[in-house]
Amino acid sequence: MRPTLVRAGCVAVLLAGCAATPAWAQDPGIARSLAATCTACHGTDGRSVGGVPPSLAGRDKGELLQTMKDFKTGKRPATVMHQHAKGYSDEQLELISNYFAGVKPGAAAAAPAARVNN
Amino acid sequence: MTLSRREFVKWMAASSGAAAVAGCAGLGGPSAGRVVVVGGGYGGATAARYIKQWAPDIDVAVVERNDTFVSCPISNLVLGGNTQIGNITMGYDGLKARGVRVVRGDAVAVDASAKQVRLADGSSLAYDRVIVSPGIDFIYDQIPGMKSADAQNRVFHAWKAGPQTVALRKQLEAMPDGGVFVFQFPMAPYRCPPGPYERVCQVADYFKRAKPKSKIIVLDANPDIVSKKGLFLAAWNGMYKGMIDYRPNSELADVDVKGMTVKLTFDNVKGDVLNVVPPHRAGDIASKAGLITANQRWCGIDWLTMESVAVKGVHVLGDATLSAPAMPKSASMANQHAKVCAAAVTALIKGQPVNPQPMMMNTCYSFVDGRNVMHVASVHTYDAAQKTMVAVKGAGGVSDKASELEGTYAWGWARNIWGDALG
Repeated sequence: MRPTLVRAGCVAVLLAGCAATPAWAQDPGIARSLAATCTACHGTDGRSVGGVPPSLAGRDKGELLQTMKDFKTGKRPATVMHQHAKGYSDEQLELISNYFAGVKPGAAAAAPAARVNN
Repeated sequence: MTLSRREFVKWMAASSGAAAVAGCAGLGGPSAGRVVVVGGGYGGATAARYIKQWAPDIDVAVVERNDTFVSCPISNLVLGGNTQIGNITMGYDGLKARGVRVVRGDAVAVDASAKQVRLADGSSLAYDRVIVSPGIDFIYDQIPGMKSADAQNRVFHAWKAGPQTVALRKQLEAMPDGGVFVFQFPMAPYRCPPGPYERVCQVADYFKRAKPKSKIIVLDANPDIVSKKGLFLAAWNGMYKGMIDYRPNSELADVDVKGMTVKLTFDNVKGDVLNVVPPHRAGDIASKAGLITANQRWCGIDWLTMESVAVKGVHVLGDATLSAPAMPKSASMANQHAKVCAAAVTALIKGQPVNPQPMMMNTCYSFVDGRNVMHVASVHTYDAAQKTMVAVKGAGGVSDKASELEGTYAWGWARNIWGDALG
């Protein structure tokens, strides 16, 4: 079930990515890897366990990009995101936005509890 | 579930079929390659999960000696009585459900010429590429009083989360009010730069609540507070005023376990509970595999692929690596190493180009009490001229102050990074 969701996301990103990104970044693996830097905090594929920090999957790509640019310029206050956003070029932020916009929102994959007598 | 060798061989034979069922359309057919991951911590588990997610047709096995994953981040809260060990202990069923084979065992050798990882039980796993993510082991050579197993069972490091965390908590609980907790830790680089200072806060939080006459003596081998100095000092001089005696340049000479004394070069410090974190090096398997290239401690790697500079086909992740400039040894960083490695290993196995511009980012949260938290963050990019990862100028930084808001983000970070590795 989950692989299907992921696959749909990959295809969408591939299509969106090719249309909107410069030649050097048309490899969908580049966007995928950039987006993966965000998921330690925001959840795999941008699906956040418990919703904090917020999920990114399936959000509008313009909204995501503008939000990250506003973090970068300091227009939007943050605890940490202004410090992260400044580490990425606008082109990279665009690839990241396109990637998460193309992932279907869905249940986050939480780590399972330890089993007794595993 | 633990796999026997016979079961494992059967799995290797059947796994290309399994990959076809689990994988994306058009990716059926024979296995594209075999990856063995040594170590199922933040680095290894995340690498395994991402290779399987990005290339379901690659067979992935993780060799892990423990049957559960216990998180080092958040584990200081167990010492402070602000969470329980069960809340930071997780299982490997999620990885298994994704088609990653989790082999319970001890890897004792990486034979790069035969392309096999050998286990303590005599079995072996064949690989096309191997990822070694062994974390750290401790250097006891220079601490005569700590060499015996008995000594190590009485004075804990609690710098790998698990039984030692629980045991140290019990010592703190048993200590009478008015007692002295002596905490010594090594020169950088060590695992988790802000970790020792967070530990001081957590123990102080517990003492303030339960044993207000007690004291903490901090014996820091470093010349100054290594991470988030201003933020930690604000807590120590504020909410914990009068409880903490911080002594920099306190390099360890020995430990008198019977006399409950930490020996420094010019001073002996007696306590009711001792906590000594010895200097670390890359986990033992890295040494056995010939991967250690720096100061007899750390593994040099190519940051584009995380491949060892010493042994071809062997990749190294996490705390075991010779850190790039300004890069901490942290769970966040191991998570990011894992993804760069997963992408590179997938590309190399499939004959595709490797990403020439990997990025990594780090966020480390520290709890000053049960709820208030502050962070240090950084972003790292590959510098082709220097052939290493460098911190992006102008990015990163620390919190203005500890806050409950960041407390909620810290727990959110934990749940998400756990899910990213094991979910």
